[in-house]
Amino acid sequence: MSLSAPLVLGIESSCDETGVGIVRGTELLVNAVASSMEEHVRFGGVIPEIASRAHLDAFVPTLESALKDAGVTLAEIDAIAVTSGPGLSGALMVGVSAAKALALATGKPLYAINHLVAHVGVGILDGGELPENLGALLVSGGHTEILQVNSLTSDVRLLGATIDDAAGEAYDKVARLLGLGYPGGPVIDRIAKEGDPKAIRFPRGLTLPKFVGTEENPGRHRHDFSFSGLKTAVARCVEQYQKRGEEVPVADIAASFQEAVVDVITSKAVRACRENGLTNLLLGGGVAANSRLRELLAARCASAGITLRVPPHSLCTDNGAMVAALGAQLVDDGVLPTGLGFSTDSGQPVSLISLAV
Amino acid sequence: MLVLAIDTSANASAALLESTDSTVTVAGSFTSSVGNDHSEVLSPAIESLLAQAGGRIPDAIAVGVGPGPFTGLRVGLATARTLGFVWGIGVHGVMSLDAVALDAVAQGPAGEFTVAIDARRKELYWARYDNTGVLVGGPYVTVAEELPAGPVYGAGGGLYAERLAAVGAEVVPGFESAHPGAVSLGTRAVRALASGQPLLGTEPLYLRESDAKVPAVMKGKLL
Ligand SMILES: [Zn+2]
Repeated sequence: MSLSAPLVLGIESSCDETGVGIVRGTELLVNAVASSMEEHVRFGGVIPEIASRAHLDAFVPTLESALKDAGVTLAEIDAIAVTSGPGLSGALMVGVSAAKALALATGKPLYAINHLVAHVGVGILDGGELPENLGALLVSGGHTEILQVNSLTSDVRLLGATIDDAAGEAYDKVARLLGLGYPGGPVIDRIAKEGDPKAIRFPRGLTLPKFVGTEENPGRHRHDFSFSGLKTAVARCVEQYQKRGEEVPVADIAASFQEAVVDVITSKAVRACRENGLTNLLLGGGVAANSRLRELLAARCASAGITLRVPPHSLCTDNGAMVAALGAQLVDDGVLPTGLGFSTDSGQPVSLISLAV
Repeated sequence: MLVLAIDTSANASAALLESTDSTVTVAGSFTSSVGNDHSEVLSPAIESLLAQAGGRIPDAIAVGVGPGPFTGLRVGLATARTLGFVWGIGVHGVMSLDAVALDAVAQGPAGEFTVAIDARRKELYWARYDNTGVLVGGPYVTVAEELPAGPVYGAGGGLYAERLAAVGAEVVPGFESAHPGAVSLGTRAVRALASGQPLLGTEPLYLRESDAKVPAVMKGKLL
């Protein structure tokens, strides 16, 4: 099937957002999202079983409201796309089961697509076709990656990724340590504005020469991230203040922590772009909303001659429109649908943009 | 009336049942031989059952609401609810242990009996029925020793035969590895619909909380 401006319905359930989006080619018609975030607040992080239970209850109502708001019927849809991975496997299975049932009952082709590549594909809905020489920096509670996007529908490569916690996860854990609640990103970003980012020098993960190497002779983790040592360093710092019976300087710690995260993410992303000839960078994921990340990334991209593109926040966080947007590109390029027989893949590599038949 | 039955409280299973006022005929059925492939095999199986039945859209759906392992259970429920929405037909819930109870009644039990399946974590999901298959207690999730004395039908009995024997509960031969399945579940639903008995909604019977623990630091304690 090859269609221009196909009408595609996308389904997302890889973490705690149940998303159903509908696009017509590069035009966004609706982006319906139900989040179970509130239910995770008292745990300070996403609890997979709670998220999976919420997906089951949210799916049909979210689908119904998406169709209603877009003013389209299932009969008019050209194809369905669903996130098959990466993500939480129990959560993915709810969206995938629902998507398969939807495809089965409507007779529409089904594409099983990659969540990370969908974070890039969503860029199409805001500013049209993606530029050449494109890199993507994805930062969220579930992932932290640098991608090289040679072709959105046929050639995406992983340049670097976190080897332990995702950046957003580090924000959540540090917010917990500082008693700031959940989610950690927005609250740390806010409190950091009142603190001194140079007050405490926290470690920048995987920046030592033995990990980074040189451009000619790159180390094993040149473009990779690690945030678990940083989280431990923050915990020790807080502990020391408490042992001494001193008040914990929450704003300074938040600002210094945020600076450590953002410094290493932006410097590594810009270096990866430079060394791979990428002159355009798309920022995605929920942490794209972080003010300091945007500020420093914009500055460092500008000095490196890299054009930065940041979709609106509602398209950066997990949603169904991004799945639909990538699905529409796959249809447009004549990629064959996956069918009903595939499995979810919680570790789906970015090279698998959509699963083969 | 054509009824699509789905149960994923054990292995993925689906069946198409054709019913008239007096008979229930199985038009086709599927049960996976593997235990953890629900999301992979269920929709393809339903697709081929429907194709075999000439592509007719069912008049109703019956779905097992558990108890059973959560992830598999949700695959069946998400599938049933979505199919029901698209086709605009009713989706009726059936307690999954009722499927085994229906098969047990065919053996002519003398009095009340128990149906039990594995609940993992060294526990059983179980329920009590009278000799005509009417639910009289449960479903529960407990260790084997909490089951009442008397006959036990289902794989949970086979799993803990010795511990059950110690409390006077004995496993019925032939039912040591019996699981809920879509054919029996659908038959139960068709009979209930025909006789005007109420069925359940499609809320899953998890019987257990999500097991998430509130971390100490969230309770107002710093470290
Ligand atoms: Zn994401």
